Amino acid sequence: MAESTGVASNTRVRIRPRTHVSIATRKKWLAGYAFISPWLIGFIGLTVIPILAVFYLGFTRYDIFTPPRWIGLENFQRMFFRDPRYWRSVNATLYFAFTSVPLRLVFALAIAMVLNTKHKALGLYRALYYTPSIVGTSVAVAVMWRQIFSGRGLLNWFLAQFGIQGVSWLGDPRTAIWTIIILVIWQFGSPMLIFLAGLKQIPTEMYESAAIDGARARHRFFRITLPMLSPVILFNLIMQIIFGLTVFTQAFIITGGSPLDTTNFYALYLYRRAFENFQMGYGSAMALVLLAVVALFTFVVFKSSAKWVFYETETGK
Amino acid sequence: MSERVELVMSSEEIQERLRRDRNRRRRKGILFHVTVIAFGFLMIYPLLWLAGSSLKGPQELFTNMGAIIPRSGIVIDNYIRGWRGFGGVTFTTFYRNSVIYAGIGTLAAVFTSAVISFGFARISFPLRGFWFTCMLMTLMLPVQIQIIPQYIFFSQLGMVNTFWPLLLPRFLGQAGQAFFIFMMVQFIRGIPLQLDEAAEIDGASKFSTFYRVVLPLIKPAMVTAGIFSFYWTWGDFLTPLIYLNAPRLYTVSVALRAFADPSGTTDWGAIYAMSFLSLVPVLVVFVISQKQIVEGISTTGLK
Repeated sequence: MAESTGVASNTRVRIRPRTHVSIATRKKWLAGYAFISPWLIGFIGLTVIPILAVFYLGFTRYDIFTPPRWIGLENFQRMFFRDPRYWRSVNATLYFAFTSVPLRLVFALAIAMVLNTKHKALGLYRALYYTPSIVGTSVAVAVMWRQIFSGRGLLNWFLAQFGIQGVSWLGDPRTAIWTIIILVIWQFGSPMLIFLAGLKQIPTEMYESAAIDGARARHRFFRITLPMLSPVILFNLIMQIIFGLTVFTQAFIITGGSPLDTTNFYALYLYRRAFENFQMGYGSAMALVLLAVVALFTFVVFKSSAKWVFYETETGK
Repeated sequence: MSERVELVMSSEEIQERLRRDRNRRRRKGILFHVTVIAFGFLMIYPLLWLAGSSLKGPQELFTNMGAIIPRSGIVIDNYIRGWRGFGGVTFTTFYRNSVIYAGIGTLAAVFTSAVISFGFARISFPLRGFWFTCMLMTLMLPVQIQIIPQYIFFSQLGMVNTFWPLLLPRFLGQAGQAFFIFMMVQFIRGIPLQLDEAAEIDGASKFSTFYRVVLPLIKPAMVTAGIFSFYWTWGDFLTPLIYLNAPRLYTVSVALRAFADPSGTTDWGAIYAMSFLSLVPVLVVFVISQKQIVEGISTTGLK
């Protein structure tokens, strides 16, 4: 950073900082780069170049078998103005992300607060509530879920025991997306664990002095728990939104995007375009929009976080 | 809540009051445990149901659908039928493929993450901070951004329908390994620097300092990384779906999807059996290594 001394600097000045770098130091630099070289090669070859490639491919028509052909903005024009399926997938994805992420976090926080006691059985309960998350994104669970909500599935069997006629949960455009939302809420384990760790960090003296001052439980929650947890909530929010925008396996298996594209989530539609129809250019254009949206969400959350995230001053690092 | 307390109480009154308090607390405690357990049961009921259903006979699957324990005895026939797989390829092949992917992928991920994290944590070199930030930023990057160019790249190298596209990123610190590297860097920073310095005074090179001094000390972090890496590779669906297009190359997850295709088989007993079986390795690892998992998630936000 400091070596950008400008063009005007004469040779003596330019050489001087270099002579300070001993051979031992240079060897150390080399060793450092040697150690991180696997990551560096992977980062450049499998992340940076692919991202640059997406920026190019998004403006081409490319079916893998014939060379890519530059078509300018046509992919984007088609996407935004002539592809109703695209907008349906955007709708479905946003609906999914904005219902499942808050519900999941609220659920995770509620359970974490209930479990945040010094019971001997805490470890057991924690494990019990985390189990769905450990298997949650697997194909096996998705297959099971499809079976639970199918016409002759477990849910309708239970309803029938009470004489209730079930509906076709996966076939009805109003309910299909909710089967996947429920599946995702069911896997609240990771945010729950993160919240539990966060709750443990809050000094009990805070609650004690608040209680002495006559603060009610509601006040203690809004004035102590939430502000103290806000950095953790921020972290969870970002990660979960990105997760919510890229949900794939569950929809692919449970509903396959139907009915009427109500669960044809962005990642699923992108996959279909790129790998089933071999429209790599169109898929790349979709990926670019996704990149922009994810960057935007991350940016907004980070920016707004100054308003609602409370960082403890220095003490707890 | 607070009742007015008389200043003077007899010892009986005090005893009585204490007993009442204790009882109330105990009742509350019992209520807490009952509620938490009942709700917890509801949480894992679907998994228990899957396990139970895989052991039911064909009639009971539909007549006694909600039950966890089969009424008319345990039937293992579902597992035998399911194992036969489809298209002449049995689940032996699928499990072998998954073991290759998860086994080699995990070993590669853990070892390369350790090497990389040593570089970031212990050696200062120009642009170290910049590369480290780049690495953390890849955590936010959805895989959808890279999959198309990566697919083109691997297909031009003729690597489609091989395991290389699945394994190579794991030798190169990609595919979510930034989590592991970050975790290990934190871990290494907790190790006293004097240990490194002592080794270097004795003439050890950077690599032998890493190999002999640091590596043995970061075993706990490596175990945690290994567990998560195993989960991710075992459950991974998208990568094998894209790169492995012949049934003899399918991993368990891709095979299960084909096996449970609604337009194909309707042998639900066999589907339940193979579904549950694919979860067994994951659940076993979870039971054994619960502590590392909980700590891994709580401290670094691994998912």
